[in-house]
Amino acid sequence: MPDDSAINVTSETIGNAAVVTPHGDVDLARSPVLRNSLRQVQNAKPGRLIVDLTMVDYMDSSGVATLVEALQIARKNNTRMVLCGMKDRVRSIFEIARLDTVFSIATSRESAMTA
Amino acid sequence: MTTPPDIRVHLVSDPTYLSGVRDLIAAVARRLSFSDDACGQIALAVDEALANVIRHGYDRRKDGPITVSIWPLPGDNGHPRPGIRIVVEDEARQVDPGQIKSRDLDQVRPGGLGVHIIRQIMDEVVYEKRTGPGMRLTLVKRVPDPAARPTCADCTCSSAPSKPAPNT
Repeated sequence: MPDDSAINVTSETIGNAAVVTPHGDVDLARSPVLRNSLRQVQNAKPGRLIVDLTMVDYMDSSGVATLVEALQIARKNNTRMVLCGMKDRVRSIFEIARLDTVFSIATSRESAMTA
Repeated sequence: MTTPPDIRVHLVSDPTYLSGVRDLIAAVARRLSFSDDACGQIALAVDEALANVIRHGYDRRKDGPITVSIWPLPGDNGHPRPGIRIVVEDEARQVDPGQIKSRDLDQVRPGGLGVHIIRQIMDEVVYEKRTGPGMRLTLVKRVPDPAARPTCADCTCSSAPSKPAPNT
């Protein structure tokens, strides 16, 4: 049986910013992988955490919950957390959950570096 | 509903299969004249329903049976717009339907969003205890009337007409 939980999440450091980029759908099967990646990056307490969602076509509430957890950790660590590259379909779940005003959301990775 | 469904899918409570169900629901909804945005949202609502069964009903057990049944709904005098009825049935722990509520969204915390999302997207949401083991969730969505809702006709974005708060 294929391992559908094998979402690819890349992370890199640009200046004082850690950039985390998940690839693929973020649902109940795959959100734990994103959660682990974010935890690892946040252990270093970066000044800025950018989650680039350009490669995410779909996200459910488990993915949103993962990002809310990361936001709570970021606030404790005085890390500026910014989401970017959000497609309309992904953005709609943040709007339904009324979280679109809670997160800092930038259109591109470049604008997220200064948002 | 006594009429047999046009489509019935049996799956186990393994999150691996959520993507396949989403694809099926979106494809069927598209054939029933829903917009691309609405298809994605209906698939999201079913995904959230299945995720709740897996997490809360089966406590993440991966071998629990789940059935998803789909009926096309023709337009009629009571509901002039066509639509889709989706029923999710499980054999998991039963809960009082009155206890299945959305949480207060003013609290920014992870979790508990699934029921809110389902109620925001679907026109009818009915939880019932099955006669045997498990629960039944009936979801209905009608193709929005473009004349009545000319913009954001079938989405729930911030510029769409607001729905009444669930469970109030």
